[in-house]
Amino acid sequence: MSKNATSQNLSEESRAEIDEWVAKYPAEEKQSAVMGALMIAQEANEGSLTTALMDAIAKHLAMEPIAVYEVATFYSMYELQPVGKHKICVCTNVSCMLCGSDEIVSHLEEKLGIKLGETSADKRFTLKEVECLGACGGAPMFQIGKQYYENLTTEKVDTILTELDTTTALKAN
Amino acid sequence: MVNIEIDGKTIQAKEGVMLIEAADEVGINIPRFCYHKKLSVAANCRMCLVDVEKVAKPMPACATPVTEGMKVQTRSAKAIAAQQGVMEFLLINHPLDCPICDQGGECELQEIAIGYGSDTSTFSEQKRVVKDKNLGPLIATDMTRCIHCTRCVRFGQEIAGVRELGATGRGEHMTIGTYVENSISSELSGNIIDLCPVGALTSKPFRYTARAWEMEQRNSIAAHDCIGSNIRIDVRRNAVLRVAPRDNETINECWISDRDRFSYEGLNCSSRVQKPRIKVDGQWQETDWNSALEFVSSNLRTAVDKHGADKLGALVSPNATVEEMYLLQKLVRGMGSNNIDHRLRQTDFSAQDLAPTVPSLGRPLAELAQLNSALLIASRVNKEQPIAGHLLRRAANSGANIMFVNSEHYDFNFSVAEEIVTSTAGIEQALAGITKSLLSSTKKRAPAGLSALLKTIMPNEAEKKIAQQLLDSKESAVILGSQHSRHAHASTLQALAGVIAKLSGSTFGCLSEGANSTGACLSGAIPHRGPVNESRENPGLDAQAQLANKLNAYMLLGIEPEHDCADGENAITALENADFVVSMSPYTSATSERYADAILPVAPFSETSGTFVNIEGQWQTFAGAVAPLGETRPAWKLLRVLGNLFELDGFDYVSSEEVLNELKEHASTLKLNGKAEWRCPEKLAGADDDLGTLGVSEYSLDCIVRRAPSLQGTPDALESNAQNNNA
Repeated sequence: MSKNATSQNLSEESRAEIDEWVAKYPAEEKQSAVMGALMIAQEANEGSLTTALMDAIAKHLAMEPIAVYEVATFYSMYELQPVGKHKICVCTNVSCMLCGSDEIVSHLEEKLGIKLGETSADKRFTLKEVECLGACGGAPMFQIGKQYYENLTTEKVDTILTELDTTTALKAN
Repeated sequence: MVNIEIDGKTIQAKEGVMLIEAADEVGINIPRFCYHKKLSVAANCRMCLVDVEKVAKPMPACATPVTEGMKVQTRSAKAIAAQQGVMEFLLINHPLDCPICDQGGECELQEIAIGYGSDTSTFSEQKRVVKDKNLGPLIATDMTRCIHCTRCVRFGQEIAGVRELGATGRGEHMTIGTYVENSISSELSGNIIDLCPVGALTSKPFRYTARAWEMEQRNSIAAHDCIGSNIRIDVRRNAVLRVAPRDNETINECWISDRDRFSYEGLNCSSRVQKPRIKVDGQWQETDWNSALEFVSSNLRTAVDKHGADKLGALVSPNATVEEMYLLQKLVRGMGSNNIDHRLRQTDFSAQDLAPTVPSLGRPLAELAQLNSALLIASRVNKEQPIAGHLLRRAANSGANIMFVNSEHYDFNFSVAEEIVTSTAGIEQALAGITKSLLSSTKKRAPAGLSALLKTIMPNEAEKKIAQQLLDSKESAVILGSQHSRHAHASTLQALAGVIAKLSGSTFGCLSEGANSTGACLSGAIPHRGPVNESRENPGLDAQAQLANKLNAYMLLGIEPEHDCADGENAITALENADFVVSMSPYTSATSERYADAILPVAPFSETSGTFVNIEGQWQTFAGAVAPLGETRPAWKLLRVLGNLFELDGFDYVSSEEVLNELKEHASTLKLNGKAEWRCPEKLAGADDDLGTLGVSEYSLDCIVRRAPSLQGTPDALESNAQNNNA
């Protein structure tokens, strides 16, 4: 039950990081740090949030749990289901669409064997359709992690995916 | 005041009010969904768009403050086009399931759609579908019908004080819900049923029972707490089908508690008795009223003749009407006994002669919201008297310091400035500490004997703070909660609380148990005083003494002693050993069939005319909403006939109004003393003394509520039932 939530699910480090955000706002406006807090908790939890984590944030920021759920469900950058190692956020808004995002999407779907909104069986990739990420000048585009990739073509997508594989492999070694 | 013009009508409006309020004031109707007079302005439904002169775009009337010289058209072509546009948008996703929707016929969307909707839609895509939520046993959801007005969300945040509902998701995917599966726990939760302008939130117990237009609406008064909320009972074919609030700004505004709303289920329960029943040679048999009344009167007479009138006792529910209580005491006193009481859960009667003449809040209810500070003693006010809790919450939100001395920690839905949680006995110590602190800071003289009593008391920080807070506040109140009367040393609490109020310049009052304990004291349903202020040479036995002294005959009105008396087990033993027990009650049970010798079916509040006097002293008379079930009779009629059978004078009433008028005449001569007189308690209990517990679940307080299955399924009821089972 949400009422019995403790802050146990937030690590010491996460809490310290959240408190840095809290410190930026007036003391009685702790809830202003909720977006930062959600991002910190999400990054510390392999890219997704859980109800327990959100409850812990609610408690930490003295908010009602439902108010945290509202924020987390509103923004597309918060994940409420586990995601793969690489989350590919493909923009399909008007500029990207006009410049061929449909082709990028179907190429990705074919290549990764998953549909939009799904995660590959090996948990390496999640494919997500997002609204405009403000990079219309480089349409079509997608975002992986914190990196924007612009002016995409199917060849470029292949290169990016291979590179991702290599970096993953390198890191694994 | 500013002058504005709406639809060519010049009106004056208070500066700063919103256009929609100004229009409502003069009866100009502007369609709306999200706006509600008791909630904050959200301005998200856009239905109230109106045409304001010199403004290019239509403006939402709920979020546009009036300004001098403003000219507004609510029905111009521009306004209507805007309103119709909004309606078209709202209807895009709203399902066309009015024929199977409980809200049909009383739906704000339906009504406004008749004025502003179109008969065809240009929208051909699929409508959205939203999964239903389970919000517990009281509220049914059909979230596909939701139009996102957010009234329920704002209600939770602003009125109920627990934000359980929210709007999750975004854009077309936005839904109203709790996100995690969660029952709504607020004691005022049922009000979101009334607030919801569509059929998204409806009453679960009422679901699919009736159409709005099939029911008749009867006014009544809620019968479960001392607030006296004004209610409307919806009736079809002589059955109570649901209960809703009636506006009364001085009492319940436009809200009622869940207990008042859903208790009606108990009225239709299968354990209602429909025919008089008597026990002959240990066998129960149904009979007609004449023989039943003969049976009761002859047996009572035998008992009285054999053992004397002082061996006759009468116990009456504090939820009975004043007419019933007045007649019962008149009957019992006419037979020569003073043994009548309604204070069933009280155990300490030693200061009954000193207590205020009638239980009183000490100030009008509505003023609770204007307090600067309040000290509540032995009270879980938000669950026990939810409307009083709501008013105190309003005070707390505007900065008042609400403070508690309790024997248990309770979660309140407002910020509590100071809370002393101690043992049941420790309440006395805490009050003593506050008193001592007040004495030393005010330098006022202590009433006789108090200084000696408080000699060893050392006020702690919390006690000092409470004392100071009461002193510093302009409007402050000391209120004994309804648990205080169950305290083994209630007289000590009463004495000390009275002194605290006096020393700190606060008003002194209480929140009493039952719907009508004020009325009970006015009508003389107490052993030490009749309806007129005559002193009783020979006071009768109080509720506990009646049971402890093992009388020979008992008359019970509307009670189940096993649940309603302080010591249920003891009560049953006393009743089982008595020669004759008559239970006048709407219900029967295995237990009552064991101890009673006659069960006379009397009408619950919904089936009789009567009067309740609430804690601020308002007399509220109501008529029966439905005819009594089967051969049930209103208790006042039954008592009147018993009076005739005993050949007592003055029992020739033809209406309950006559009873009421006679009582009112008496009551007008009653000198009401609101203050508790001082008599120094002999000693204070030590904090470690075991005085038992005080809490009683708010959903097990009376025989009707106990039989309302939906209320029994709420988290509150389940929690306290679990506690009782563990105890």
